[in-house]
Amino acid sequence: MSLLDTLAAIELREVLLLADSAIRLATPLILCAMAGLVSERAGVIDIGLEGKLLAGAFAAAAVAALTGSPWAGLLAAMVTSLAMAAVHGFACITHRGEQIVSGVAINILASGLTVVIGIALFRQGGQTPSLAADQRFGEIALPLAETLAAVPVLGPVYGDLISGHRLPVYLAFAAVPLVGWLLWRTRFGLSLRAVGEMPAAVDSAGQSVTALRYRAVLLAGLLCGVAGAYLSVAHGGGFVREMSAGKGYIALAAMIMGRWRPWPVLIACLLFGFLEAGAARLQSLEIPGLGTVPNDLVLVLPYVATVLLLAGFFGRAIPPRALGTPYVKER
Amino acid sequence: MTRLPAWADYGLLPALNIALAFLVTGVVVAIIGENPVEALATMVEGAFLFPGGIGYTLFYATNFIFTGLAVAVAYQARLFNIGAEGQAALGGIGAAAVALSLDQVLPGLMVVPLAIAAAAAAGLAWAIVPGWLQAYRGSHIVITTIMFNTIAAGLTVTMLAGALRDPRQPNPQTRQVEEAARLPAIHDLARDLGLEAATSPLTLAFPLALLAAVLVWVLIFRTRWGYALRVMGQSEPAAVYAGIPVRRLTLGAMAVSGALAGLMAVNVILGDAGRLVINFTAGYGFTGIAVALMGRAHPVGVVLAALLFGALFQGGTELDYVYRSISREMVLLIQGLIILFCGALSLMLVPWVARALAAFRGPEDAEGRA
Repeated sequence: MSLLDTLAAIELREVLLLADSAIRLATPLILCAMAGLVSERAGVIDIGLEGKLLAGAFAAAAVAALTGSPWAGLLAAMVTSLAMAAVHGFACITHRGEQIVSGVAINILASGLTVVIGIALFRQGGQTPSLAADQRFGEIALPLAETLAAVPVLGPVYGDLISGHRLPVYLAFAAVPLVGWLLWRTRFGLSLRAVGEMPAAVDSAGQSVTALRYRAVLLAGLLCGVAGAYLSVAHGGGFVREMSAGKGYIALAAMIMGRWRPWPVLIACLLFGFLEAGAARLQSLEIPGLGTVPNDLVLVLPYVATVLLLAGFFGRAIPPRALGTPYVKER
Repeated sequence: MTRLPAWADYGLLPALNIALAFLVTGVVVAIIGENPVEALATMVEGAFLFPGGIGYTLFYATNFIFTGLAVAVAYQARLFNIGAEGQAALGGIGAAAVALSLDQVLPGLMVVPLAIAAAAAAGLAWAIVPGWLQAYRGSHIVITTIMFNTIAAGLTVTMLAGALRDPRQPNPQTRQVEEAARLPAIHDLARDLGLEAATSPLTLAFPLALLAAVLVWVLIFRTRWGYALRVMGQSEPAAVYAGIPVRRLTLGAMAVSGALAGLMAVNVILGDAGRLVINFTAGYGFTGIAVALMGRAHPVGVVLAALLFGALFQGGTELDYVYRSISREMVLLIQGLIILFCGALSLMLVPWVARALAAFRGPEDAEGRA
């Protein structure tokens, strides 16, 4: 089928299915991208999204398997991811280490620790036991979904697309306005963004650069933890090795595509979600004149787009000015 | 900032940081309920004492010398090449494409150098694009190389599913390169000389890696180009002021770096495996970061660090055999900790060491230092 035929053949139900799976795939991206946004707006590069996501996913599945409660899993994921964020902060803020190196270390640590502890705890080759339905976050039916089902267009859109997701999905969509409000509508947010642009000014205004950056980094940790819990105790039913599978890096790409602003970042995440959902549904994409483009190449499009954007071939992505520079107080 | 004498800076400090990494790993092993000392002994045994153990250790070390040098060359110019993984993957595609299309036509002695050159060229091409984008378009090299890693992975899968795939194999992989067009194994050479040698995947790629280390040393510390590179790494404004063409140098540094990373593929495609498989880079590009940081971006340090990591990887496989509760991923943990302590936290111990040295030397020396 050519691209046009494919598009023509798609009906509303198909579109809804695609959108629904796009939302599911975008959820961890949204949470991680918001995490990256908060951290980088405060001037701390966060290459370690991937590692925190992975560690969070493992902690959530392990604790949910041991206690039987997805809530305990979510808490464990947030604590674990927070601890890794604290290490990042300790290295980058307290000791002014290279932020990229620290992020790489976090990613590799997470790869190693999740498997090592997983094998020690469960002896299943690094996986956690698969979780029963009551050990995961269930699908939430929003009120009126049944009542509206008969209404054309609105009914299926509300019932199939908006209702019926698991808790972290709604948390992710709530995180976007929350981050927007926190960073652009509060005093704390003003200071936090200032610390990413010109820390010396914040310092001379009598606020602690260290404290502000720590809060940003730790907040990023919490958000990545929620994303991790989504992967293993909501979307999936258990942890498997390397289950983050580069999502932390796609989130980083989405954060740049959205130019470090919550709503554009959300759109970028959804776009990448659609791309992934679409690539999974079509076995290969046929473009008239070009021939067949294999699925695996379609999946790298977000990365190509990010490279082109960063290089200024369309639009311009300007990072916070003090991004990546440790703050040294003048003496 | 506190200054340390050179021997403490290059010897004591890295040793302490590595010791810290091992200490933390030991704690994790103890928490799992195994004896850390016994686990370490198992690793040492696997890496050095078992027949073929040293061969495997040096085989892994070969990968790490190439990727470690790649990261180190860029790091001398303060460029973070996180993309050695992708550049090595491209090197694999290059080497495989050349070796597979020529090995049944030309004699092996001609195919091998061509395939090696192709590996370097492909890695170079994959690295020079992020270099160019940083130098002339202002995009951050770290982000670009991360993206290029993933694009390279997608490209490898596509090539292995299509053009390079061996249709007779159930899994996506290439056919094996003809024996004559591969690098000879060290154990075969040793046996030809009448020596006893255990079978291992070690090939002539190892001496090639050592040669690369020597050439990198000459390039960085004995040429004008290398001097300019180091000036740029110390201070870019100073380099600009001195009339050093920083943009062109960025391209050059990434070109050399990418070529070295691409050469890693030689050890696999023209070595024991003799074929391209999915994910043959297995994170070695990232290990290169640990190796470069541990070796303080100096070729001698890189070779030593690569040997340590080679031993760790081979020892890690041994852990897999001996223990049910410890797996080879323990090595990833050590690797992450080494990057953390030798890289991001490298300055943490400086004040402590300085204080300890001052206390040890007594007041008269401390005055001379000030």
